[in-house]
Amino acid sequence: MGWLTALLALPLVGFVVLLAIPGRAAGAVRLWANAVLLGGLALAAPLWTAFDRGAGGYQFVERAAWIPSLGAQYLVGIDGISLLLVLLTALLGPVAALASWNAIAERVKEFYAMLLLLQFGMLGLFLSLDLLLFFVFFELVLVPMYFLIGIWGGERRLYAAMKFFLYTVAGSVVLLVGMVALYWQGGQQLGRATFELTELLRAQLPLETQRWLFWAFFVGFAIKVPMAPFHTWLPDAHTEAPTAGSVLLAGVLLKMGTYGFVRLSLPLFPEAAREAAPVLGVLSIAAILYGALICLAQQDWKRLVAYSSVSHMGFCTLGLAAMNSNGLAGSVLQQVNHGISTSLLFLLVGYVYERRHTRQIGDFGGLAMVMPRFAFVFAVAVFSSAGLPLLNGFIGEFTILQGAFVVNRAWAAAAVGGIVLGAAYLLWLYQRTMLGDLRNEANRELPDLTAREWATVLPLLGLAVAIGVYPQPWFAVLERPVLELAGRLGR
Amino acid sequence: MSMFLDTLWLIPVFPLLGAALMMLLGRHQYLDPQEQSGPAAHGHHHDGGHDQDLRPRQGLRWLIGPLCSGFVLLSFLWSLGAVLAGRREQVLFTWVAGLPFPAFDGRMVQLTADWGYLLDPVSAVMILMVTGIGFLIHVYSIAYMAHDGGLYRYFGCLNLFVFFMLVLVMANNYLLLFVGWEGVGLASYLLIGFYFKRKTATDAAMKAFLMNRVGDAGYLLGLLFLLSIFGTLRFTAIEAAAHPLLPWATGLLLLGAVGKSAQIPLFPWLPDAMEGPTPVSALMHAATMVTAGVYLVVRAEPLYRLTPEVGGVAAGLGAATAVAAALMALTQHDIKKVLAYSTVSQLGLMFLALGVGAYWAALFHVVTHAFFKAQLFLGAGSVIHALDGEQDMRRMGGLRRRMPQTFRTMVMGALALAGWPGLAGFFSKDSILTAVWAASPALFAAGLLTALLTAFYMGRLCLLVFWGEYRGGRHVHESSKRMTVPLWVLNLGSVGAGWFAAPFAGWLGASAEPHSLGIMAASGVVAVAGLGGAYRVYGGGAGHGWAEGEGGLARWLRAGCGVDGFYQLAVVRGMARGGGAWLAAWDRGVIDGGVDGAGWLGRRLGAISKWSDTWMVDGAVRLTAFSVKAASFPVRYLQSGMTQSYGVVIVLSLAAMAGWYLWRSA
Repeated sequence: MGWLTALLALPLVGFVVLLAIPGRAAGAVRLWANAVLLGGLALAAPLWTAFDRGAGGYQFVERAAWIPSLGAQYLVGIDGISLLLVLLTALLGPVAALASWNAIAERVKEFYAMLLLLQFGMLGLFLSLDLLLFFVFFELVLVPMYFLIGIWGGERRLYAAMKFFLYTVAGSVVLLVGMVALYWQGGQQLGRATFELTELLRAQLPLETQRWLFWAFFVGFAIKVPMAPFHTWLPDAHTEAPTAGSVLLAGVLLKMGTYGFVRLSLPLFPEAAREAAPVLGVLSIAAILYGALICLAQQDWKRLVAYSSVSHMGFCTLGLAAMNSNGLAGSVLQQVNHGISTSLLFLLVGYVYERRHTRQIGDFGGLAMVMPRFAFVFAVAVFSSAGLPLLNGFIGEFTILQGAFVVNRAWAAAAVGGIVLGAAYLLWLYQRTMLGDLRNEANRELPDLTAREWATVLPLLGLAVAIGVYPQPWFAVLERPVLELAGRLGR
Repeated sequence: MSMFLDTLWLIPVFPLLGAALMMLLGRHQYLDPQEQSGPAAHGHHHDGGHDQDLRPRQGLRWLIGPLCSGFVLLSFLWSLGAVLAGRREQVLFTWVAGLPFPAFDGRMVQLTADWGYLLDPVSAVMILMVTGIGFLIHVYSIAYMAHDGGLYRYFGCLNLFVFFMLVLVMANNYLLLFVGWEGVGLASYLLIGFYFKRKTATDAAMKAFLMNRVGDAGYLLGLLFLLSIFGTLRFTAIEAAAHPLLPWATGLLLLGAVGKSAQIPLFPWLPDAMEGPTPVSALMHAATMVTAGVYLVVRAEPLYRLTPEVGGVAAGLGAATAVAAALMALTQHDIKKVLAYSTVSQLGLMFLALGVGAYWAALFHVVTHAFFKAQLFLGAGSVIHALDGEQDMRRMGGLRRRMPQTFRTMVMGALALAGWPGLAGFFSKDSILTAVWAASPALFAAGLLTALLTAFYMGRLCLLVFWGEYRGGRHVHESSKRMTVPLWVLNLGSVGAGWFAAPFAGWLGASAEPHSLGIMAASGVVAVAGLGGAYRVYGGGAGHGWAEGEGGLARWLRAGCGVDGFYQLAVVRGMARGGGAWLAAWDRGVIDGGVDGAGWLGRRLGAISKWSDTWMVDGAVRLTAFSVKAASFPVRYLQSGMTQSYGVVIVLSLAAMAGWYLWRSA
């Protein structure tokens, strides 16, 4: 069994074993799930050093027959792009599990079972090099997330879970149709039916076909990102989900959409993608500004963070729309950055919610006085999200802006507006929650961050600073695949 | 000496170390409120942040101020050594290593920016100014902030500011400069909002950051233009050459400078920034940070020389800002606000100089202004400190005898700013006016008017604060030596710096235009006239001038000409409550309306199909079943499933067949 298969199998094995642990032993359940996810991180981390930055194509590839009659295989492997997202997933999994230690008191076993299943699905998606396998994981992820939101969520959890599920399924149905069509078209061209990505990349599809397929894929991925105007499932799902759900939803699940673009839509249908670039660009800018403006009107702390994701993911898709080296590299890097910053923000909102059981911004104010350490971490998270230089967000945004600028100067000019607005809603949030006098007596006795909470935020803080101060290694990993993709796109 | 050049990178490291130490360990010098017994022991005269609820430990708290000051002093000495040793460009590592892209001329270039420092005459001036004046203000702060809580936070942020300011002025490329640029913005945000319990303070902090962000947006776009035009962002690698898009680059960079240096229309944040502790106002919002915009343009001098039309915009904005802010300064009651608007006005003069191409003169004024404005702010701080936080000049007066040290240094600073012949401001202002005269008489008139107004409002300030009778009711005492000594040190610069105009220009590789006696005389006369005018109105000590009144014009000027109101309306109301709320409603109503509608439709359709399933489909099925059942009615009796009846049938059939067979064969 190869490295990637082990990495992928670990949460699944953990899931199966977990089912055997009696639900009454909540402590054992927690320990086991955390250990498994942490073990996954330990298993994934060395990939960073073992990965050969100079080599083209995919690495650590493993192949096994799956459904030979259909030409579908179990085929996994990584390049620089998926490496970053796999590592992000491997990190956020244990963070989310650790963050839920006290927050989840009911149906503990089911909760962690869902978390492990989710981890399996997320890793599987980023590892797959076979379209059918990709799709299976794309769908598989929905199930545990649906339950995470629907069972352990907030007040409107059922509405949110249903909306999340139906929205995404509606998208993936179209995606599936597109995939099947590609399978037929590609099969005819290549002379044999296959779902293998690298094989399908060899097919020379006529522009007309590419167009149909691109837009079919687009529906699936755009809903997942989500791009405006398909974004309204996001605020509900993010807000109602338990902290771990929000972290993984924002940190990883959204990236499945952008990853889908990078891994499938752009390389498979390059001509159609180039034709669609203006649409993508305009939608991205709309998302950036639209999301940011809506944030200014939010009264709910968590909902504000949720909407900020719309704006930030707009930057990621803007980089994709640029379709050139820096746009693409910036986009992937920004996906990681968003995973870090927004997870931090969601963790912190969650910790406050655990203490106060309210998310209304108006209920807070002056928290810096009672929770100075929390206020410090929150400040770093806010500035990382606002794209302050020397923190991670800036590098990604700047690279994306540069890529967009080369293609269309108006795009860059419009997107820069999002940076101004981003600082506005984030600092305003900070002022209303952390600063000022302690108006609400209920906040007076709030305890500061605990050691466990520190353990969840510290790795993210460290990464935020590390990427901001020394981003070179990240570009080094991305250089090969991004240049290859940009070349394919003719940019 | 070259040791200092080899270790150029250490200069910003010292204050960074201070900031890090404060962040990690500073708080441990305080007791948590829970541990406190009895009421807080120490008095506090400034509205404190949260830390005033904490009681300082007797431990190492005293060390915080001296330690952080020491780091800045080290920086100063180190940079002095380096500047004396020569020039150097030092690249530490590749900071941003992006991918290749096509520049405007089609060649592929790499998106890269080094973490590298450049020590040349321009940056040398700024480095020495930042660390030198920074050190003095650190020392002053030890006494000034002694009674405030959160000392570690104060000094940590102050050190952080010095670090970022040094990155700003030492950077060898535009992107790293932007790091410092944003970093000082962060430090400014943290320190304006130092007393974060006060909403006015946190509002001001946020306003400063956001208005600067508007400028930063311009800076970023300008940067992207530069990158595409020249293929590099490194100062020494850019080969300035005309390009049709160059005005966009310099124009957008100018927008950044306008934000940072509080020019029209992005100036209202600076007067509000006075919510921060006074030494912070002195260091950041007078002497150093706000001059970063001027520094940026001086740094990009070769590019601005190629785009005189952008220079024209800078000159126009500068002149308008200089006059308007001077008028606003005239009407303020708050001593710090007078100085703040005065800073805006003086920055306007610098922009005027930049606009007409007198880069060295602008930088020269940056330096002299840093001395006397820091001196004035620290003097004002000394007054405020002595009056337990009183900032309204209407409740001051007669402090001449009660605070002799503060009085003397502040009047010297005021005279230097007013342009009293022989003092620093006179020479630097004269250098600017000389250059402006050569460019445009109209702009010259604006400059001269500014000088007149400056002399007048400084005269007003001094007379209201130090002459006449004391109008407040407090026991006033002179501030401690630790506060007055820095004042005297700064005084050296305020008095003497002006005499070095020619060597200064030479050091920068520029040549100072010969002073014209006429312009010198005009500016001298104007200064004396302004002061004299102030004496006529305020010589009695009490405020009864037009500027004191509540007339419409005076009130309008005092409120910053309503620019704030405009932003309030357009940005806060328009965007947050208008646009954002409207879009949120759109999301809920229209998009989600559609989604929920689809869900509703789905459920309705489900109900219909349930009905049709029950009555139509299942009906059809049942009908079929019924028909079959009906049709099979006779047959069914044959298939009863009972063995006996089968037996009967078999026997009967066999009997019938046997009978038939027998009948046939018979």
